Amino acid sequence: MIDVFLVILQVLVATAITPLLVGVMRQVRARMEGRVGAGLLQPYRDVRKLLAKEPLRADGSSIVLIAAPLVLLVSSLMVIALVPLVTTAYLPSIPNDLFVVVSLLLIGTVALALLGLDAGTAFGGMGSSRHMMIAALVEPTVLMSVYALSIPVGSSTLSRIVLARGADVTRVVTPAGLLAVVALVVVVLAETGRLPVDNPSTHLELTMIHEGMVLESAGRDLAWLELGSWLRLTALLGLVVNLALPWGLADTAQPLALLIAVAALCAKLLVAGGLIAAAEVFMAKVRLFRVPELLAGSFVLAFLAVTASYLAG
Amino acid sequence: MTAAGGLVTVLTLTGIALVLALLAPSRYRSLASGGASMGIGIAGIFTGVAAVTSPPKVALLIPIAVPGGLGLDPLVLSPTPLGGVFCIVVGAVGAVAALYGIGYAHGPAASRTGWSAFALFLLGMLIVPSAGDVVSFLLGWETMALASTVLVLSDHAERPAVRPAAAWYAVMTHLSFLTLATGFALLASKAHSTTFARIAEAGITGPTGISAFLLLLIGFATKAGLVPLHVWLPRAHPEAPSHVSAVMSAAMVKMGVYGIILLTTSWLPAVSRPFAVLVLALGVLSGSYGILQASITSDLKRLLAYSTTENVGLAVTAVGVGMLLSNAGQPEVASIAFVAALLLVVSHAAFKTVLFLGAGTILKATGERDLDRLGGLARTHPVTAWTFGLAAMGASALPITSGFVAEWTLLQAVVHGDGRANTMLALALPVTLGLLALTIGLGLLTFVKAFGMAFLARPRSNAAASPSPEFSSHPGTAAMGVAQVLGALAVWGLGLAAGPIATALSSVLGYSGIVSSEMGGLRLVTIGVLDPVALGILALGLALPVGLLVLIIRRRVPRRVTDLAWGCGGVRTSPRMEYTATSYAEPLVRVFGEALRPSRSLEVSQLGDDRVLESRVAFAQELTDIVEDRWYAPATRWLRIAGDQARRIQNGSIHRYLGFSFAALVLVLVVVTLP
Repeated sequence: MIDVFLVILQVLVATAITPLLVGVMRQVRARMEGRVGAGLLQPYRDVRKLLAKEPLRADGSSIVLIAAPLVLLVSSLMVIALVPLVTTAYLPSIPNDLFVVVSLLLIGTVALALLGLDAGTAFGGMGSSRHMMIAALVEPTVLMSVYALSIPVGSSTLSRIVLARGADVTRVVTPAGLLAVVALVVVVLAETGRLPVDNPSTHLELTMIHEGMVLESAGRDLAWLELGSWLRLTALLGLVVNLALPWGLADTAQPLALLIAVAALCAKLLVAGGLIAAAEVFMAKVRLFRVPELLAGSFVLAFLAVTASYLAG
Repeated sequence: MTAAGGLVTVLTLTGIALVLALLAPSRYRSLASGGASMGIGIAGIFTGVAAVTSPPKVALLIPIAVPGGLGLDPLVLSPTPLGGVFCIVVGAVGAVAALYGIGYAHGPAASRTGWSAFALFLLGMLIVPSAGDVVSFLLGWETMALASTVLVLSDHAERPAVRPAAAWYAVMTHLSFLTLATGFALLASKAHSTTFARIAEAGITGPTGISAFLLLLIGFATKAGLVPLHVWLPRAHPEAPSHVSAVMSAAMVKMGVYGIILLTTSWLPAVSRPFAVLVLALGVLSGSYGILQASITSDLKRLLAYSTTENVGLAVTAVGVGMLLSNAGQPEVASIAFVAALLLVVSHAAFKTVLFLGAGTILKATGERDLDRLGGLARTHPVTAWTFGLAAMGASALPITSGFVAEWTLLQAVVHGDGRANTMLALALPVTLGLLALTIGLGLLTFVKAFGMAFLARPRSNAAASPSPEFSSHPGTAAMGVAQVLGALAVWGLGLAAGPIATALSSVLGYSGIVSSEMGGLRLVTIGVLDPVALGILALGLALPVGLLVLIIRRRVPRRVTDLAWGCGGVRTSPRMEYTATSYAEPLVRVFGEALRPSRSLEVSQLGDDRVLESRVAFAQELTDIVEDRWYAPATRWLRIAGDQARRIQNGSIHRYLGFSFAALVLVLVVVTLP
């Protein structure tokens, strides 16, 4: 029962700070580009605004238009519930197995891609096609870095990986562990549509991926889509920071431990988010057909991580 | 029912189906003979269940009456538990496809020949996994091959593409028969018996064993459609009537997998050990090559056919991983890989049946199977859309479907194999995982494309926009719908009841490391648990507050229906502006250009002398199977040349033939007189 409480707490905390994370990332970027920025709390206001607006439904669109945003949101919430962010505790019958987490992410990916196709517009199809291509090419890196991380622990359960890394600092700085984490960072950037793979703030027709798919959604549909995508960012970024710095997570329901865990998560997430945003200022989006090279590079890193962990024992 | 009773029922029902196909008036032929064929399938399921729960020593024994008594053993039909699993697969797929066929079959597929061949096809496929000896195995194999060739030929009068497809199929399937017969002959001569039990006991090794192994592997790989022997598959599956494609793809190719499992675990385990990497390579290559081809093709049934190569490849990958791991002395994880192979077989049977049946409905309603000309069918065919969608989720291994459970098990087996054991493993496992992951990713793209292009967006042709009116009023549509729903329920059910299914399959293999968790999930004792029901409950638990929120907001802010989608400001005028299946796969074609070698042409006609204005742009792209172009085309060319050369010997002159006879006689005499 205590596990259920911890998981619910984790979902609530992560959902609550997600718009702040996005706000921080946007604000850091704005300031570094010499703009004033909309403020840290703007994403909260965006969601509230979108929820109050009238959603449209084009003639000829199907149930996918309404269902896909909800599917994306629920799948992201499930990932949030499973990934060790605040706590390493997990529901006994649903261990946070990485393959399960990845397949839940894929459900969201597919929901978005189908949404892009639903209205039958050229931009939707274009975004969907690119999105699925990137998803397909990211998959090998995802599974390979998971594999690399699971070898020393002998388990693909995330909590056990994080705990094992936390218990033994030397594990964090092994070549295999570092390579895997670096590969995972590229994965996170690609999966969440950040630079250099996709530019989340562009609406330039020929370059957009994520924005192309959500063009037809308005009002609360768009709110769910935005929230769902942000939650993915929180989950994946949180996972990476917890793998890189596996300390501070609570495994019991002691109030103090929980408080520390929540504070640690917020600090790690916001700093990591700020760093990514700062890096994005100096980066341009790469051409779509250069993305496979980037992903191939990260795949090689992950592959090296696997062989290194076999050969280095 | 015992396995023997089941087999007798199967034989009896086949007889009845044949009689009904031949004698029933054409109006009731499909109903009568199709109904009997359904019965064959159901009897097959019972036989399989009986074989799994209480395997008989000998179910049916038919003494052969061969003149001269060649010393052959009697024909034995005694399904082992493993064979029983394949009987269930064949039976279930056959029953659902027959039900669908009652409504779907028309024209030549509903003729006397069509339904007789269908019944014989099912019979052949049930005999193969029940066979306990070489002769009955080959008899079943050949029945299956011949009957399916006849069925592939069904529409040869309507579409010229059918004939070369059937020719490819007939040639490949008989080459496979030839290698199998030779391989078995080697085994039987060494073991001095044709029964599988004696062959397994004989423990054959040495050059005979190796040649028999390779011959049998080639034969089974051809039937299973593994790269590079897959070339018949993307031709024959699309051209056959859809209910036949479903059976061929979901059940028949599995006989190849069954053969490979028997070959490596029972008949020649000692010989096959060093070939584990070969089996693994066959599987992994087929998986990634198959799905790559599937992801770029825009013919729906061809896409499904290539995806069959992929899925069979995954199952064979699992077998290969299992072999490698048991070679390395890790029997626990190896058994999980073998269970994964069976799970993949079962789940592929379920979802591929539904997918082909869905393709059949689309084909019948619109006359199109080109995704570039489909679209918007979700509105006119909701049942097909839902069932196809669910099955597509199964095919892309998304939770909570059978495909997800199967691929999760396979991935766990790969990840938990200990690569420190030897260098081979340290290299093979990561490469396997990388290619598996690519296969999974491309599979996702493939089925998003297939579903999205067929069922979502706006119709891309008139045929898709206004489905034929006679279709919806046709009484058989109900039978087709029921069959699709049954199949889709199986995809879902197999995913939910992961625990019991996996436990049953692992007990078939005599492995006890997999148990059911409390909620019917799948627990790998040493590794972890996958509980689809719990996952579903978690999803519902999280969806509940979201749903409540939606309900509250919906009352305050209603949805408005507009007549046009936004489309970035442009008023959409023509569905031709939509993305098509070809354009959807275009980025992939570019990324994998080296492996696919597409041939493209771009023609631009200028407007007068103006170098800026263009009057017409024509783009054509042709994607061919590179294996076919590179290997088969030269091979057939050489065969043709050899044939032309051989014609010189046969010049029709009677003198020369007399000379040949004389030379042959002399040769025989010389050979006989030699000591």
